[in-house]
Amino acid sequence: MCLAIPARIIELEGDRAVVDAMGNRWKAKTTLLPEAKLGKVVLVHAGFAIALVDEEEARKTWELFAEIDNFEKTPNKVSG
Amino acid sequence: MLDRIIRAQRAIGEACEKLGRQITIMEVCGTHTVSIFRSGIRSMLPERLKLLSGPGCPVCVTDQGYIDAVLDLADRDDCIIATYGDMIRVPGHRGSLETRASGGDVKIVLSSEDALQLARDNPGKTIVFIAVGFETTAPATAVVVKEAARENVENFCVLSGHKLVIPAMRALLSGMNDRIDAFLCPGHVSVIIGSGAFKEIADSFHRPCVVAGFEPVQIMEGLAEISRQLAAGRAEVKSIYHAVVTQAGNTAAQKIIAECFEPVDGYWRGLGKIAKSTLALREQYSRLDAFRRFGLEDVPGKDDSGCRCGEVLCGLIDPIQCPLFGTRCTTERPVGPCMVSSEGTCAAWFKYRRRKKSDQ
Amino acid sequence: MPKLANETLAELGDSAFLRLASSDICFTTDSYVVKPLFFRGGDIGKLAVCGTVNDLAVAGSRPLALSLSLIIEEGFEFELLERILESISDAARSNEVTVVTGDTKTVEHGSADGIFINTAGIGIRLPNTDPGLDKIEVGDQIIINGSIGDHGITILSQRKAIGFESPLESDCAGLASLTCILYESVSGIRFMRDPTRGGLAATLNEIAEGSGKGVEIAEKAIPVKPAVQAAADMLGFDVLNIANEGKFVAVVSPGTAGQCLRICREHPLGKDASVIGEVVATRDVPLVELRTRTGGRRVVQMPYGRDLPRIC
Repeated sequence: MCLAIPARIIELEGDRAVVDAMGNRWKAKTTLLPEAKLGKVVLVHAGFAIALVDEEEARKTWELFAEIDNFEKTPNKVSG
Repeated sequence: MLDRIIRAQRAIGEACEKLGRQITIMEVCGTHTVSIFRSGIRSMLPERLKLLSGPGCPVCVTDQGYIDAVLDLADRDDCIIATYGDMIRVPGHRGSLETRASGGDVKIVLSSEDALQLARDNPGKTIVFIAVGFETTAPATAVVVKEAARENVENFCVLSGHKLVIPAMRALLSGMNDRIDAFLCPGHVSVIIGSGAFKEIADSFHRPCVVAGFEPVQIMEGLAEISRQLAAGRAEVKSIYHAVVTQAGNTAAQKIIAECFEPVDGYWRGLGKIAKSTLALREQYSRLDAFRRFGLEDVPGKDDSGCRCGEVLCGLIDPIQCPLFGTRCTTERPVGPCMVSSEGTCAAWFKYRRRKKSDQ
Repeated sequence: MPKLANETLAELGDSAFLRLASSDICFTTDSYVVKPLFFRGGDIGKLAVCGTVNDLAVAGSRPLALSLSLIIEEGFEFELLERILESISDAARSNEVTVVTGDTKTVEHGSADGIFINTAGIGIRLPNTDPGLDKIEVGDQIIINGSIGDHGITILSQRKAIGFESPLESDCAGLASLTCILYESVSGIRFMRDPTRGGLAATLNEIAEGSGKGVEIAEKAIPVKPAVQAAADMLGFDVLNIANEGKFVAVVSPGTAGQCLRICREHPLGKDASVIGEVVATRDVPLVELRTRTGGRRVVQMPYGRDLPRIC
């Protein structure tokens, strides 16, 4: 059971991060990802960042992420 | 994305035609099972391609003995059980965690860190963290084990039910179900262990192993890659989950797992005893090991309900072949864990099947 | 309990006489037990008014009056109660209904999660309006007035155990101002229901079962906010099963679908209205089927039990 979604690190202090996924902000720890940096997109699972996400690949992989540029311009526009 | 899906669908069709026989692909991970059903992919595959769900649902493969041990601990006045959501409805011999949740003895957590925090906030009780999951989730447990040890949190312990995917795949091919032609490998387990970890399966058993993510495009393209390999007689490891999977995996996570845990023989529902397939806390963390603390043994439990979850988990039968399916065992009144778990194969079949009048 | 200074409650008698223009009365009741009591976009008070107004509105009536019954836990903060009562007043005013009678009871600490509210409501049937599941025909179009999942995800985001920050707000709103225009302007409205608990999936299944006909919907036609989808993905939920409090599903004749859509989109509560599917003949058992984004098909089941957040 591997629910994990890509989210961008918008706050980082030590290994405590806040990540943003389409406007929702979740707490996450970067203990398992020493290479995590502010501004990077990471894969978050059960409260931990477990991988760095290649943004170009992410656009090809997640439909929701592919809309991220449009989303940042018009955050409340519904898709569908 | 739609054009990529259509292309993948075409490639699958062509490869299946070329092969001229039924091919059986096992998707190991429960998250793949759900995604496949939810996106309607089954309706897009050729008749000759049979998709089997495997033992990749952590709650489903957790042995009855472990479940009953959890329920015994939940009954103790001095314990609070901290668990991920899915475990809560799994039936033991005397009810489930859910029937105890209202007593305040059971708390659902979203992260292992929340479980540790519960211990800090409740000094008068012992918090037992029900650590179930594969390699994706084991590192999260290891982090809090180290934290608890470092801070000397006396009232926290972990009942480790973490399992390893590769030993299970090996066990399946070594006797339980050799009709599997290829594997769709779990995307997020691979983030941790690396796609290279599947090489031994591809090489020793000559089965294609393709790592894919959980989005429908990923699954279709993964199935297309498998079909192409089978048609060409190849058996390789290939990852198409480029966004997050590397050959080597997450080495920091692997390191912390190795620091805290060691692989031991363990019991899997349906698959029986598999060598070096379960993670047990190392000696130096014995104080945090709920098994040692409460004198529990990891022994297989007895299941006399008639439930055939075990065979479903090996891909030997489809859920509809279990006599309890849809009659005595439904999502509202589940008998076995495959029906309870939101990623269980039986639950997926039950939720997404086309109901017929003859069902009633 | 301290004497309440609030005008609304102070004036309410145990009963009220109403002089009604018609004897074709719509009557409904609902209880509200939401947790947390206050959330972005509303609170239990607003919900108690809008929820009951909506049951009257979708049934084809003009909501008129509500009763208000409060069950309050001993020790409940007076200030919070005042806030809730003010919400109720505001919501009643903006939905053009009057709270005409009420009751208050206090129970022991621990028995009511703070406060429980029940509202019962009456409305007058709109002229020539008689919607029903039995009116639904094959070929009818299914319309929703906006995005799904907003309310449920907002509530989850404000529960301590799950706790994440979100820009989302509950869509809690009374729909009568839109439904009345629809019923009065369009004669082809077969049936309407608000998809609250159980979400769109529950309502569509009720429609299928109640009409004895199949329902087919297209995933890409269903309006969903990206933040709702992302949160549902993180928590493992299906957006179709998530509660809404400011939405209705309308089944309308194919010839009137365009007009209905236009009316919705010109109204603040229907800007994102969309035709999401249609009623089809049933082959065996009436099912709700989804044409997915990938081009596949799958059945949409009636949601059951509690949705538990899952990870591993």
